[in-house]
Amino acid sequence: MAASAQTMAETAAEFGLKPDEYALIVRRLNREPNLVELGVFSVMWSEHCSYKSSRVQLAKLPTAGARVIQGPGENAGVVDIGDGQACVFKMESHNHPSYIEPYQGAATGVGGIMRDVFTMGARPIALLNALRFGDPSHPKTRRLVSGVVSGIAGYGNCVGVPTVGGETNFHRGYDGNILVNAMCVGLADADKIFYAAAPAAGLPVVYFGSKTGRDGIHGATMASAEFGEDSDEKRPTVQVGDPFAEKLLIEATLELMASGAVAAIQDMGAAGLTSSSVEMAGKGGVGVELDLDLVPQREEAMSAYEMMLSESQERMLAILKPGREADGRRIFEKWGLDAAVIGRTTDTGRLVLRRSGEVVCDIPLAPLTEDAPRLERPWVEPQVPARLDPAEVPAPDDWEAAVLKLMSCPDVASKRWVWEQYDRHVMADTLEESATGADAAVVRVHGTRKALALTSDCTPRYVAANPFEGGKQAVAEAWRNLTAVGADPIAVTDNLNFGNPEKPEIMGQIARAVDGMAEACRALDFPVVSGNVSLYNETGGAAIPPTPTVGAVGLIPDYGLRADFASMKAGQALLLVGVSHGELGASLYLREVLGREAGAPPPVDLELERRAGDFVRGLIRGGQVSSVHDLSDGGLVAAAAEMALASGVGVELAPTSATHAHAFLFGEDQGRYLVAASDPEPIIAAGRAGGLNIALAGQAGGADFACHALFRIPLARLRLANEAWMPAYMDEA
Amino acid sequence: MKAAVVVFPGSNCDRDTKVAIERATGAQVHMVWHAETELPAGLDLIVLPGGFAYGDYLRCGAMAALSPVMVEVRASAERGVAVAGICNGFQVLCEARMLPGALLRNAGLKYVCKPVELEVANGNTRFTAAFGGRRRAVMTVGHGEGNYFADPETLDRLEGQGQVVFRYRDNPNGSARDIAGIMSERGNVLGMMPHPDRAFEPELGSSDGALLFQSVLASA
Repeated sequence: MAASAQTMAETAAEFGLKPDEYALIVRRLNREPNLVELGVFSVMWSEHCSYKSSRVQLAKLPTAGARVIQGPGENAGVVDIGDGQACVFKMESHNHPSYIEPYQGAATGVGGIMRDVFTMGARPIALLNALRFGDPSHPKTRRLVSGVVSGIAGYGNCVGVPTVGGETNFHRGYDGNILVNAMCVGLADADKIFYAAAPAAGLPVVYFGSKTGRDGIHGATMASAEFGEDSDEKRPTVQVGDPFAEKLLIEATLELMASGAVAAIQDMGAAGLTSSSVEMAGKGGVGVELDLDLVPQREEAMSAYEMMLSESQERMLAILKPGREADGRRIFEKWGLDAAVIGRTTDTGRLVLRRSGEVVCDIPLAPLTEDAPRLERPWVEPQVPARLDPAEVPAPDDWEAAVLKLMSCPDVASKRWVWEQYDRHVMADTLEESATGADAAVVRVHGTRKALALTSDCTPRYVAANPFEGGKQAVAEAWRNLTAVGADPIAVTDNLNFGNPEKPEIMGQIARAVDGMAEACRALDFPVVSGNVSLYNETGGAAIPPTPTVGAVGLIPDYGLRADFASMKAGQALLLVGVSHGELGASLYLREVLGREAGAPPPVDLELERRAGDFVRGLIRGGQVSSVHDLSDGGLVAAAAEMALASGVGVELAPTSATHAHAFLFGEDQGRYLVAASDPEPIIAAGRAGGLNIALAGQAGGADFACHALFRIPLARLRLANEAWMPAYMDEA
Repeated sequence: MKAAVVVFPGSNCDRDTKVAIERATGAQVHMVWHAETELPAGLDLIVLPGGFAYGDYLRCGAMAALSPVMVEVRASAERGVAVAGICNGFQVLCEARMLPGALLRNAGLKYVCKPVELEVANGNTRFTAAFGGRRRAVMTVGHGEGNYFADPETLDRLEGQGQVVFRYRDNPNGSARDIAGIMSERGNVLGMMPHPDRAFEPELGSSDGALLFQSVLASA
């Protein structure tokens, strides 16, 4: 006995279970688990499924609000958008698989997040992607960019959901671990949301979708470990996506739901059949018994262990209402999907699996979820740099070169090469997308005058310098981007990407970034309704820059009253709303022009943020302005230049301070907007009456992007600088 | 006025096309599942919509061209009913040999999605009459295989007989002679890569696509 126990304990270690975790399993079972049971425990208790390191931190985030129908804990968050309609959304990472096999990793990331949304009864209507790659000069970067982008395109375009927005950044901190965070937004009737909890015992459990193969076994465990030298050898654990199957799955699932046959439903994502059956039974407080012989299989002689841990894509598990199997059969046949009743819910509270007539797993469900480790990982307060005095930061020697350098640096340069590969228009409701020049994507709520504003934001260099302020800033920038198109910000989905949480300094980044996010969400009435955590983004002991990506949704009551930054007209005044101290710490100017990464990030004054935003939104809703841009990366220069390029109209900027013009022009102070106004005086007066800083910052007109004596650049030249970098980079052999 | 939109497994512009036709013309639009062997009676227009029929894992449109409903689509075309294939539908019509030529992988080897300026090369067709002499139109494209190819004789014939309906002003995919859309010799079967179904009201950046549906349904 001793020898076999030792072997199983060793296997447990290979599965990523710590000795104390294994001991807990043995205590709960009163015996050694067999291999299938151990596999089930190890994936359910993996970081990816159990959130064991982050749960304590996530509990700090506000999750309630007037519009929240469903907060975190389900497949996706659900918010009320009026008229009996709901928006269902979530963001999720597929970082580890995308680094190993970029095309399939990214493609299945898109597929997985869509399933989370339509599993809840929503039709997916938009996709966004937040991508972080390594330094452009790193030998792997180009291939990863190319693979990830075509993977996203190959999947989303085929399924027919428009990819309307996102972010693409480059930094050497991601050389060994890229980030692929995909967000899906769906639309549902507020009274027809579907959940995972099995409502009763004795109901049929139906498997439908693609067959189960040996792909992706232990994917969730891979996503819960660091990469070493051998990360390329993990390729077999990456799943392969089939967007055609996903399209059929969406239609069949929505049709099955509409038929009234569905009692509970769950997609098979990470940890496949294991997590879907465990969650459905566990949340419903029942048990489940499955006969694995009945599972549609793609390969011969699969073991129970392989079937339970397979992460084959495009699969669903549903619990049907009594006597509704015929509805299921009719719909699955129509869509040509494999389907089978593979078991029933029971009243035992246990997960029982049979294979070839034998019981291969019989364990209580409760410990899988309730006893999942919940770690109070030790953390240390991050070391944060002091504020950079603008006076200590030199002005550029050559202003024109500095502006062109900023506008052509990888983080600011046009990502046309990326988004022209995405179908942004299918469904014919896209009003603003990556190409149009707006701070957020805008997608109509089909058949209404309402529209959803969508954005994803994070400034990793701020979070790296000061996790608390950086966390605040990510939330504030998302709120600001939604505001800048005229939307009421509603809610947030977060995707926390960090390094190894077993290191106290990484845990410190997580704890303080979440504190900052929580503070901003609270101050801006911007609850978190869904999210995902990706840890262990480390290679050879080096962690990625902390990257808590914020995806957010806002509502535009009438899309006729919205703003973009592509409609500025010659002769309009450019008004700068918000306070400018000239914060150059952790700025793009510092990094790209002066080659320094130093200083504190710009602090976010949440009270001012809210007042400035409410004021700008009021101007848009009142029809007083229709061209608005928030100030972010690259400060006033980048914002004004982007407005000029998108509108095809020149801009003459007027710095208010001659001594530190560069701090004013390149500073990244938060809570600011640039507004183009034909009649500026009443707006200035109204802003000042409301206690806001608002001042004339420039004038639209001509064909140059200029700032008095400092620089004068023809728009055509600026456009070339902004557009040329990425295609040139991707075409280099 | 009565129109039908064929739905193949993997079609994804079927709803868009229905909405576009309804908004542009007020016509009644029937959705016809690919497995059907009959079409509604009295159709004035049949549209094969955009998407990835059967996943397009074989050549684009190759499997859809053999789908049960195509027997009746072909028979209707032979009776003179207007048939329009948009994007994937154009690929299906070429695979079904209802239009000459083929759509190859884009010259840039990547999927391309962007608004394109079109020249209405023939304004005197069942599909373009409502353009009323306008020579320019704007619609978006979104495809990976839109690079129109035919042998030089076929291209000469298409041009000589006015069968080239739309041309790109700035070719996005390498199509021979900038061809964006062609019609059959008889003039009742149209195939085009740009999407009129995404250009039917000003909020979408263009309403030029509405003119196409108005043309064919007004002529009915």
